[in-house]
Amino acid sequence: MNLTLKVWRQKSANDKGAMVAYEARDISPDMSFLEMLDVVNEELTLKGEDPIAFDSDCREGICGMCGCVINGQAHGPDHGATVCQLHMRKFKDGDTITIEPWRARAFPVVRDLVVNRSALDQIVQAGGFVSVSTGSAPEANSAPVGQAVAETALDAAACIGCGACVAACPNASAMLFMSAKVMHLGVLPQGQPERYDRVSEMVETHDRLGFGSCTNIGECSAVCPAEIPMDVISFLNRDLIRSRAGRGMKRA
Amino acid sequence: MPLFGSSDTDTRPDSKLDSKLPTGPIEQRWDTRRFDLKLVNPTNKRKYKVIIVGSGLAGGAAAASLGELGYNVECFAFQDSPRRAHSIAAQGGINAAKNYRNDGDSIFRLFYDTVKGGDFRARESNVYRLAQVSVEIIDQCVAQGVPFAREYGGLLDTRSFGGAQVSRTFYARGQTGQQLLLGAYQALERQIRAGTVKMFSRTEMLDVIMVDGRARGIVVRDLITGEVRSHMADVVVLGTGGYGNVFYLSTNAMGSNATAIWRAHKRGALFANPCYTQIHPTCIPVTGSHQSKLTLMSESLRNDGRVWVPKKAGDNRPPDQIPEADRDYFLERKYPSFGNLVPRDVASRNAKEVCDQERGVGPGGRGVYLDFADAIARLGADVIRSRYGNLFDMYERITDEDPYKVPMRIYPAVHYTMGGLWVDYNLMSTIPGLFVIGEANFSDHGANRLGASALMQGLADGYFVLPYTIGDFLASAGPDPMTPDVPEAKQTEAEVHDRVKRLLSIRGDRTVDGVHRELGHTMWDYCGMARNDAGLRKALDRIPELRKEFWSSVNVPGENESLNQSLERAGRVADFLELAELMCIDALHRTESCGGHFREESQTPEGEAQRDDENFSYVGAWEYSGDLSAPTLHKEHLEFEYVHPTQRSYK
Repeated sequence: MNLTLKVWRQKSANDKGAMVAYEARDISPDMSFLEMLDVVNEELTLKGEDPIAFDSDCREGICGMCGCVINGQAHGPDHGATVCQLHMRKFKDGDTITIEPWRARAFPVVRDLVVNRSALDQIVQAGGFVSVSTGSAPEANSAPVGQAVAETALDAAACIGCGACVAACPNASAMLFMSAKVMHLGVLPQGQPERYDRVSEMVETHDRLGFGSCTNIGECSAVCPAEIPMDVISFLNRDLIRSRAGRGMKRA
Repeated sequence: MPLFGSSDTDTRPDSKLDSKLPTGPIEQRWDTRRFDLKLVNPTNKRKYKVIIVGSGLAGGAAAASLGELGYNVECFAFQDSPRRAHSIAAQGGINAAKNYRNDGDSIFRLFYDTVKGGDFRARESNVYRLAQVSVEIIDQCVAQGVPFAREYGGLLDTRSFGGAQVSRTFYARGQTGQQLLLGAYQALERQIRAGTVKMFSRTEMLDVIMVDGRARGIVVRDLITGEVRSHMADVVVLGTGGYGNVFYLSTNAMGSNATAIWRAHKRGALFANPCYTQIHPTCIPVTGSHQSKLTLMSESLRNDGRVWVPKKAGDNRPPDQIPEADRDYFLERKYPSFGNLVPRDVASRNAKEVCDQERGVGPGGRGVYLDFADAIARLGADVIRSRYGNLFDMYERITDEDPYKVPMRIYPAVHYTMGGLWVDYNLMSTIPGLFVIGEANFSDHGANRLGASALMQGLADGYFVLPYTIGDFLASAGPDPMTPDVPEAKQTEAEVHDRVKRLLSIRGDRTVDGVHRELGHTMWDYCGMARNDAGLRKALDRIPELRKEFWSSVNVPGENESLNQSLERAGRVADFLELAELMCIDALHRTESCGGHFREESQTPEGEAQRDDENFSYVGAWEYSGDLSAPTLHKEHLEFEYVHPTQRSYK
């Protein structure tokens, strides 16, 4: 099939950037969306033009490296999938497709569709871990974890850190990303000792980095390739209240 | 006549290869070594600078652990975050000799299975240590909050996995690698916050800096600004993964590359067993020339799926119209005791064989069925969904077929490289001060890696081996701060600059991917699942030509001073074009079959891999001689005191 692409081109963080139109010809429906871009880039290269810069690595939907907004939707029209898992059979011959980078204050554009998501790492640095140094762990079966609890933890831990939730949120909030980590560690016995410090420090960092506030719109969860549910956000809010109440008591 | 280097029957120890193997009873060797290793005084640790390249299970675990110990660590990754490393894509699980199932497992059995599975081409001492620390890995990961699968009573669940007759594989659905990597990543982020580790993302290592015969730093390129600069340290660690992308199509991530290990090789690190590649049996078949990578389906699928093809060549009826009598469940037929669970190399070769007989299924005829109909009838679709749901979804998304209704189609694909830089028992390469961990080294899997052992080895090296052995080297060397203005660093930087400039100045008429694709075809055809003398010689004729074509006709658009993904790929492909030749040289010299290396000339009457222990019971470690086509072979002879080499049989 033949398609018209309208792609965001921006040479560097300081460049203004603009949408540029390209023709994608003889595209097979079995191609992934990124393979379609590979084909367009091969042609651009042979014509002596700069290929479109985009991030991708594992191309099986797990590394979280790829991501762009396709026709206004983060990761495109397929549910529960990253853009590398989106296949061209979801489009029709003659379609016009707009392709843009994640847009958020905390994610400055590096080039074209590539953005800087290091703010997500900084949120994890603020407390998204269990403080257990190598070698100090007790025997693995010494703390049983109910099957349902382990499954809930894994549902939250499945987050791939792609940033689609931020791109989809009208407030550019990273609430879903952050809450997923808070819930993953917060429901497990291993995460209890640091549970309330973790949530308050992560939220503080999140706000300082320029992410917006959460107003429970739900776009984040709707576009999430790992299908992280909105429950994680309620979990974080509950823990945040407890954390603040606890601190208040300590001061009194 | 030997093809390269020393005579095939010469068993004297090679002076280049001091493997520093411990002696004594095997179960005490690692303990003894740990006691013998020198310690660095806790207050002195911060005076030592450690560079770690790579942030996957090996590199990330090492960076976190060394940071916790108080070393001054710098960690580098070409991706935008350490959490992207390709370890994340491992699906099936991680082995550990916990014997929670009371089913006869033990450290010795895991050791035995790994040595045998590796077709007797790994060091016993290394493998035993790996089996020993496997137990601690699970403890550590659980304490970090890795949400492994649990039984109803809340204790850890296990499953049996590829070729093992005990249930020792711990897992987190089909995303075990992701969860283990996130555990290591979170430990690493904790150290970044503590200030013991400095992280450099989107920064690619392009060379090793050698000062007085010792690795003292690396030259890197900042992928966003193009800046080329040097980082100096007391010791350099490479945890940069495998080189499967030499085949262009593999299950590796797009960015996985051999540049770090290949540059180190050209600076003097010996490259061991480069021809040992693992072909994974359960991947989604190729659909067309646009294909950019292959997707692996965890081989845990073989626990419940049955592999079959039509009995008759050219039978292209849809699978549901082929009656039982016309189906050939070839693995169950040929290997009644292991059936569909035979090791990866055996499963892969058999799939190739039935496709070569024109009994393959799907477009192009390069595929076999993996059928869940019986398992669904026996256990119900819900049980199957709970075990493999995400894999089934992934399969449907890619192929547009529903595996609950139609059998999956699978075909082998390049997945893992057992070869890598040669290291001694302490994980140091032949370059003093250069350590190599995880898939990037050659050490533990011999000629074939067992399922769920890659995660185990990466974490063993990173959490529990390197933190001890690196201290011994540093304590002996003493702290020696060095700045990047030494002439050796300036010289190496200049060489990196020249190479980048050269790549950008060719402006020919072929794309980087175009050349890479051609290299991949050549490697897959002649150095893939089955190899023979004539084919390897053809590849050895073609690869140097292709390298020449690359350097005269490739087109790398853009400039150095900004994010330039074509330039990144060009540098990596240039290195693959050199490594590919060494792989073929190694495959040609090793005229026996072993594990993943199948020489058609060396097979049993039943068509199984036939080892030649008399002539090839050694690690083949290649030294760069200055001429890519004439490397020098060094041999480390392998001794088997505990597991006696036998013909592997999975009948």
